[in-house]
Amino acid sequence: MASNLIFQCPDSMTDAITHYCPGCTHGIIHRLVAETLDELGLRERTVGVAPVGCSVLAYNYFNCDFLEAAHGRAPAFATGLKRARPDLIVFTYQGDGDLASIGTAEIIHAANRGEKFTTIFVNNAIYGMTGGQMAPTTLPGQVTTTSPFGRDVQTCGYPIRVRELLSALRTPAYIARVAVHTPRHVIEAKKAVRKAFQYQVQGRCFSLVEVLSTCPTNWGMTPIESTQWVQDNMVPYFPLGELKVPEEE
Amino acid sequence: MQIEVKFAGFGGQGILSAGKFLAEAGLHEGKEVVWIPSYGPEMRGGTAYCTVVVSDHAIGSPVINNPAHLIAMNRPSLEKFAPTVKPKGIIIVNCSLIPITSNRTDVTEVLVPCNQVAIELGNPKGANMVALGAYAACSKVVALDVLEAIVRHEFEKKPAFIDENIAALRRGAEIAVEKVESLR
Amino acid sequence: MRAGAIHYFAYPITPQTEVAEYLARRMPEVGGVFLQAESEVAASNMIFGAASAGVRVFTTSSSPGISLMSEAMSYIAAAELPAVFVNIVRNGPGLGGILPSQGDYFQATRGGGHGDYRLLVLAPSSVQETVEHVMLAFDLADKYRNPVMVLGDGLIGQMMEPVDFSSVPTPHPPDKSSWATTGCKSRKPYLIKTLFLDPQQSEEHNRKLAAKYDEMRKHEVRFEKYNIDNDCKVVIVAFGTAARVCKTAVDELKRNGLRVGLFRPISLFPFPYEPLHEISETGTVHALLVVEMNTGQMIDDVRLAVADRKPIAFYGRQGGMVPSPEEVLGEIHQLI
Repeated sequence: MASNLIFQCPDSMTDAITHYCPGCTHGIIHRLVAETLDELGLRERTVGVAPVGCSVLAYNYFNCDFLEAAHGRAPAFATGLKRARPDLIVFTYQGDGDLASIGTAEIIHAANRGEKFTTIFVNNAIYGMTGGQMAPTTLPGQVTTTSPFGRDVQTCGYPIRVRELLSALRTPAYIARVAVHTPRHVIEAKKAVRKAFQYQVQGRCFSLVEVLSTCPTNWGMTPIESTQWVQDNMVPYFPLGELKVPEEE
Repeated sequence: MQIEVKFAGFGGQGILSAGKFLAEAGLHEGKEVVWIPSYGPEMRGGTAYCTVVVSDHAIGSPVINNPAHLIAMNRPSLEKFAPTVKPKGIIIVNCSLIPITSNRTDVTEVLVPCNQVAIELGNPKGANMVALGAYAACSKVVALDVLEAIVRHEFEKKPAFIDENIAALRRGAEIAVEKVESLR
Repeated sequence: MRAGAIHYFAYPITPQTEVAEYLARRMPEVGGVFLQAESEVAASNMIFGAASAGVRVFTTSSSPGISLMSEAMSYIAAAELPAVFVNIVRNGPGLGGILPSQGDYFQATRGGGHGDYRLLVLAPSSVQETVEHVMLAFDLADKYRNPVMVLGDGLIGQMMEPVDFSSVPTPHPPDKSSWATTGCKSRKPYLIKTLFLDPQQSEEHNRKLAAKYDEMRKHEVRFEKYNIDNDCKVVIVAFGTAARVCKTAVDELKRNGLRVGLFRPISLFPFPYEPLHEISETGTVHALLVVEMNTGQMIDDVRLAVADRKPIAFYGRQGGMVPSPEEVLGEIHQLI
């Protein structure tokens, strides 16, 4: 009996079993990036830059050259790498603490210089690795270990909308927000990730895809509840879609 | 043999570039040279200066508290630095802007109306070159024709400035020679 | 650039911004990279990234900027990448001022950033030597895959002196294909990282680095002896600009028939403990004088070298003040 191959691990991923918690969507996002690298034939000239945070070990799961940056500095790191070797495909993979808190300056300036690399920004509204503290993207009223009475916007301000913040820059870029909590959203997310890398391959612009992700462990929910929480709470505050695309040349 | 000279005046009087020309001329003559811009606590108080050391041997301390020679382009510079000049030294005083003298009897003091000469030559910004020419003639630290070659080189891309600056150098030197002879 | 280093990332800070201004014009002419970063934090992490790609990369800064770069230096040392940092030291602490100082001796030789790492530190005392040290720094950085610091000061950064480039050898950067992350075509993927959660692995990594620092201690000690002979009565120990000032004082003493020599450490890490120890053991030497442009930092290393067997005096100026030869002479006369 002949068998048909209908599903396999992308070449750009290793066989390692991830350390991510059940219900965390980092794995899905990794896979979208890896599929894209496969489809565009980029694996052998790609260098990924890992952040500090849950995805610091991303290099164990991607089957390409990888670097581990200092906390928040991945965009500066990627700038040095890409400027030194413009022929490489470079992407940073960063969480909300890494990109929107300690590394705010680095991402804004890399985007504003129009660095020709791609950033995958994973926003799950909380600090995962350190155990559930408030993030710059924690929603108003959301309880975390460092906002035990819920995020108070009077003292902590409102969550930072990174997609909107970076889209305010004049420098051409591709900036989109997607989610991966339903199959339909995953398909949309893949399109955005692919576009982001294509823009890089063409040497067009900086590209960033913000991906709304889950953290059932630190949110104190089951995986199913957490996907519903993304839909009910995150999507209304963090609207999905492309906000900035480079003008046609 | 080591000579230290301090060029001092207001910012904008071409102090740093005059010093640089001297250093380059010394280098051209095969000497060891150091040029240091005003970069010290002394920069407060209205004076900008640079120090040039020209020597036959390797230069040790680049920090000079007591220079052999002084070119004072404004009054605060003369008041501040004249007392530091070594005995038997040389002081060039830009008497266009400085109505006083150092009151030192142990140095050769040469009064040169640098701004007035520069204006007469139609090159009002050339007062620093008048002073430099005067200084070179008095001190003989570097030869005048080497300085002229440096000026040609430095203004290679702005040839319009070459002749007027060389004229300023020469006029300064002539005045200095006359003055030194009259002192004898 | 003569060292084959055409990648430069920096942030302006006095008294060395002229380097960035020059390279901003020059790098594009040679197909290199000049980038003014948004901060020293970013600049140094750009260095980290470019070093990963195997290119010769460097930055120049001054004390407060170097503090911000210390984060990346720790990472670069841990990741075993070559990079060159030039620190034109200004007076501190804090914002301090823009005048020459040697106040960053501890920061340079004892780390500055977190963790158990060392920088190779070279301290030039002239513009010529600065050029030679920068060339050497790239070779040493490649040889040991470790960040190297050239530690100058504001005076060296600001003064002009003739430089003979013909004496500077042509560099031969080594092949870096065994580790540089340049895409995994026809090979296994490379990983450059500094996280070792397993304590055993982390200890192993620390020991590997320590063994490398021991190699540096064996092979990279550099120093200059000036007017040191068998009947020296006092030995001055000074580095960089302070050493230069002391040379003038030593010359003056020699003219007056006084036997005083100068020992000038050129590599501050590794510090020349043994050569200095030997000199201090010479029978005629009855005291040492350490001269620094700080409140006494290198004197700790001099004490380690001399091991309390001879008295050590200290003369220092701070806040951007540079000691004069006359001041050093005064100190020497008190000791003789």
